[in-house]
Amino acid sequence: MPYKLTFKQYAENSILIEWPTFIKEEILYDLLLFKKKIEINKVESIVEVVNGYCSLLVVYVCDIDNLYNEFLALDILYKTTEIEIDRNNILWEIPVSYTINKVPDLERYSKKKKLNIEEIITLHTKPIYTVYFMGFLPGFIYMGGLNSDLQINRKKTPDLKIAPGTVAIGGEQTGIYPIESPGGWYGIGKTPLRFFDLENSEVTFVKSGDKIKFKAISEEEYDDISSLVKNNNYTPKQIKYVR
Amino acid sequence: MLGEVKIITPGIYSTIQDIGRKGYRSLGIPNSGAMDHKSHLLANTLLGNINNEATLEWTIKGPELYFNSPTYIALTGAKTKAKLNGELIPSFQKIYVPRNSTLEIGYASEKVYGYIAIHKGFLVDEILGSKSFSKAITTYSFLQKNVKIQYNTNEEFKNNFSKVRIKNSQVNNEIKCFKGPEFDKLSSMQKDILLNTKFTISEIRSRMGIQLVELLFNDLNEMITSPVLPGTVQLTSSGKMILLMRDCQTTGGYPRILTIRKESLDDVAQLSIGAKCSFHLL
Repeated sequence: MPYKLTFKQYAENSILIEWPTFIKEEILYDLLLFKKKIEINKVESIVEVVNGYCSLLVVYVCDIDNLYNEFLALDILYKTTEIEIDRNNILWEIPVSYTINKVPDLERYSKKKKLNIEEIITLHTKPIYTVYFMGFLPGFIYMGGLNSDLQINRKKTPDLKIAPGTVAIGGEQTGIYPIESPGGWYGIGKTPLRFFDLENSEVTFVKSGDKIKFKAISEEEYDDISSLVKNNNYTPKQIKYVR
Repeated sequence: MLGEVKIITPGIYSTIQDIGRKGYRSLGIPNSGAMDHKSHLLANTLLGNINNEATLEWTIKGPELYFNSPTYIALTGAKTKAKLNGELIPSFQKIYVPRNSTLEIGYASEKVYGYIAIHKGFLVDEILGSKSFSKAITTYSFLQKNVKIQYNTNEEFKNNFSKVRIKNSQVNNEIKCFKGPEFDKLSSMQKDILLNTKFTISEIRSRMGIQLVELLFNDLNEMITSPVLPGTVQLTSSGKMILLMRDCQTTGGYPRILTIRKESLDDVAQLSIGAKCSFHLL
């Protein structure tokens, strides 16, 4: 069932396409499918298609001459063109050390939430998270699926430095800081994997629509994986996942 | 042959810029690029640099540079006093720089961002299709003392013929806009205030965004995180308005009430702290 989409001009050379405003997987996969259709059909005239939770921003090479023709063309593309839906997604297993040694912030979070570290690990490693999109920082992924017992308000004053690889919780969301950055989320773990790597041909290995599962590892395992990552000898573990 | 320019003093937030990265916003990577595209391009044009060669952008106070080999430069953007080996030199003109020269750029007396173009561009690494400095993407986020940048030496016959006269150097403070995606969620009173107030540029400004002093009463909810672009005008929960600029993040959660048109974005960048501006829908 196609959704009723809204088309708006965003700038001289860009159009915003909006879905009903919900954070829902069905909407995510519908908009990723449309994104693919646009990318396949309009390769030359478009610079990029960027997605949020329930919208696509289509940026064209040139200013758009006839806006309504373009709206119409996009709408027809959405409703009629068939492309094969790939229901296979990648499920990435992300190793995380949930220890105060690696992430001192964990102690503060544990006290505030009145949860011990074991409970935090269980609640955080259980769900399969969905990757919605990237934003905020290069390679920062917005995920859905955090257990409501783990939610916590963002810090009133953001920390000046959060280390790369920090797995954190802010509000209803969980995420991974790909690079060092200021931030208002609580760190609860640390992964040795690189989520933004300019040396790699694929700058980010995770894509919108992928799934993520966290796996608790010891500090020793963290250090082992970390040195493998440093020598480019580690491939993140992926499991085929059928929706 | 390659020459080298050494940063003696960097000035304020000096960076190397071209027109920025395109096509990486879905990875969370900002566009970057010169805050004032027109001035950046004009500086290149004065030197006959055909492509989008990298220029040096400075903010409010320019750098002091040492050139070890002959070349040509051109200065555009902010109005300032510039001295080459102690002698005042004009902006908007091709200038010959002999071997072992020192260039001193002063404070901006008008506008905010100045540009120094060099014959065939500053040679810094191109990463993801652009030479523009960007945090976590390029080695430096801004130029620091003693950093050296290479350039192609130019030994050609010396001429300073290429120049332009700027008739009206004033920054246009009437900002031309599109309605933003959330514009129609504003009440008619909010719209009226938004489009009929002279707003003031605050001191909270950077390459990421410019905050306005006056508040716009706001009862809209924050929204689901959505894409933004340079030129997007955000209305925060407390009523502050932020004009997103070239280094802005790729997504945001505040209502996007206006989009600044391309023709006005360079002008907005050049509005000084305390300058007045107004928004106009075409």
